[in-house]
Parts: sequence; C-alpha cells; structure tokens
Amino acid sequence: MKNKLIESVEAAFSNKEIPEFRSGDTVKVHFRIKEGTKERVQIYEGLVIKVHNNSSNSTFTVRKMVGDIGVERIFPFYSPKIDKVELVRKGRVRQARLYYMRELRGKAARIKERRKGF
Amino acid sequence: MAKAIIGKKVGMTQVFSEDGIVVPVTVVLAGPCVVTEVRTEEKDGYSAIQLGFDEILKESKVNKPMAGYFKKQGVKPMKFLKEFRGDAGEITVGQQVDVNIFEEGDLVDVQGTSIGKGFQGVVKRYGFAGGPKTHGSHFHRAPGSIGMCEFPGETPKGKKMPGRMGGKKVTVQNLSVVKVIPETNLLLVKGAIPGHDDAIVYIKEAVKAKK
Repeated sequence: MKNKLIESVEAAFSNKEIPEFRSGDTVKVHFRIKEGTKERVQIYEGLVIKVHNNSSNSTFTVRKMVGDIGVERIFPFYSPKIDKVELVRKGRVRQARLYYMRELRGKAARIKERRKGF
Repeated sequence: MAKAIIGKKVGMTQVFSEDGIVVPVTVVLAGPCVVTEVRTEEKDGYSAIQLGFDEILKESKVNKPMAGYFKKQGVKPMKFLKEFRGDAGEITVGQQVDVNIFEEGDLVDVQGTSIGKGFQGVVKRYGFAGGPKTHGSHFHRAPGSIGMCEFPGETPKGKKMPGRMGGKKVTVQNLSVVKVIPETNLLLVKGAIPGHDDAIVYIKEAVKAKK
C-alpha cells in the first residue's frame, strides 16, 4: 500500500481519461511531438504488449512492425503529451505480457479478435 | 534571513513537468516548524535560529529539563530541535515557519542520515575495483596491500578499509524544489535525498546556489 501523502501528490497527475484497453488490443496513440518550434500530433499505432499499473506512474508498451524491424514504445498513461488513445481492435490473448510476440513474424503473429463473453 | 525547515522524508514518486517530462521527486513533509530560540552575535557570539518540529502532545513524554526549557521559551514542546546558522532578521521566538518560505525552482541543500549498510568491504564501501572473478584468480574483493614491505612497513593512518558503512550525516546540495503544497505541508524535491522513509531531514537554502 502506498503512503497517503504520496497518493495525494500523484492524484493531481492521474486524472486524465483514457479508454480502457488491455494487452492484445491494438491502439492508436495521438502523441504530441515538437519539431523545432512547431508542435504537431503524431499517431503511433500498434499492439499493446504490456500494461504497467502504478497510479500516476502507469505505463503501457505498444509494439509495431516497421518493415521487418519491431519497434516498441513505452507511453506513460498520464503524460500531458498524449492527446488521446483510440482503441482500434480488441484482441484475444491468454497472457498479460505478450513478450512472445517478439519472436513471431507474419502469419504466426496474428491475434484473434476478442468478442463478447471473453 | 536564514531559510531553513525541518521535515520528514515521506518517499519517492514521479511527476510530469509542463512539457511532459517525467521528473523523479522526493516527497517531504516539511514543517510547520516553530522558532524556539534566536541566537544573536551579541548574546551568543554567532547568529542562528533554532527550529522545533513535531509537537509532543502528551505532557508525560517530555522530560523535566526540556519541559523547563520549552516553558522558558514560551513555546510548545517539540520532538526535534535544530539550529540553523544565519542572520535571524525579523524572526522572533514563537513564530511559525512553513513550506511557503520556499518557492518552485528554488535550490536547496538537504541534510539527513544515510541508510545504514552495516559492516561492508572496500569494494562496496569505497568503490575499489577488486580483482578478476575467474581465469584462475584467487584475488576477488580483498583490499590488497595496506602497508608495503620494509618501507614504510606500516599501515598509513586513514587507509580505506572494511567497516561500518552508512548511517552518517550526508548533505545533498543544489536540489531544485519542484512543487510546494502548503495545504498539506509538502515539498517536492527533485531527485533522491539521504535516509529512509520517515527519516528526519533538514532543508536549507542552497549554499552554492548561483545568484
């Protein structure tokens, strides 16, 4: 259990609304990046392979394939740089941490859609 | 004016800065403190203020000499007393000191007692390199030669050797104040500070701050 005073500090930062998603889902992350002096929104789409819950320090890891190279990015849930997170597709997986996806390519790396009742 | 406060380390967490950067911070429950004595050049030969922190609520918990001292000063009994050097200025006995003396972006020095590590060898205690772990080596984490042969033939004083580590007074300088929360008397200081959670720490205006 966390200290109440620490929780009170973190509460100020963990008030943003983010749609519920879990490992195996595909999401679009709208992330604001700075180019010189301009700011624009970059969309990063991929598979959520890890959700790390720790109040204001919560993060999620999104993996996508660029050509033949896997790219993983870790996003803090409550980062002010995240504009929004869109849920693209729900996936049916049996693990909470999908590290095995790193070994899989092509057809083997497919994930079944999660439907009602699962 | 001496800018200082006594606090209790609550623990560490992280916050986001305005531009979205994660900042590691230590949460300190600082004050409210009460000025229990003012030392002046004429009276004591040096100027300082003495602060008291954490009021003792139960009368029987104060021993008689200290109870007499607090009564003489006209303040409530406190668990922790500490003097901070510096000109008192307009500070008077009985005045409250709270987190509002610091602002966001201020640089502070934080002093506390480091976590005790027990009896440790020279590799952990002083960062000696040690020897190879394998390749037939029998010299792993030992301190090596400590006094040579015939000359000087003795171990120099102050030679770094195994012993008790930690549990000493440590000051970390130039930490910036990330946030001040007056409602709950909290100070968020960037980075780590000495001591375990619930340890008493002294927060002072940075000595080496660039002005």
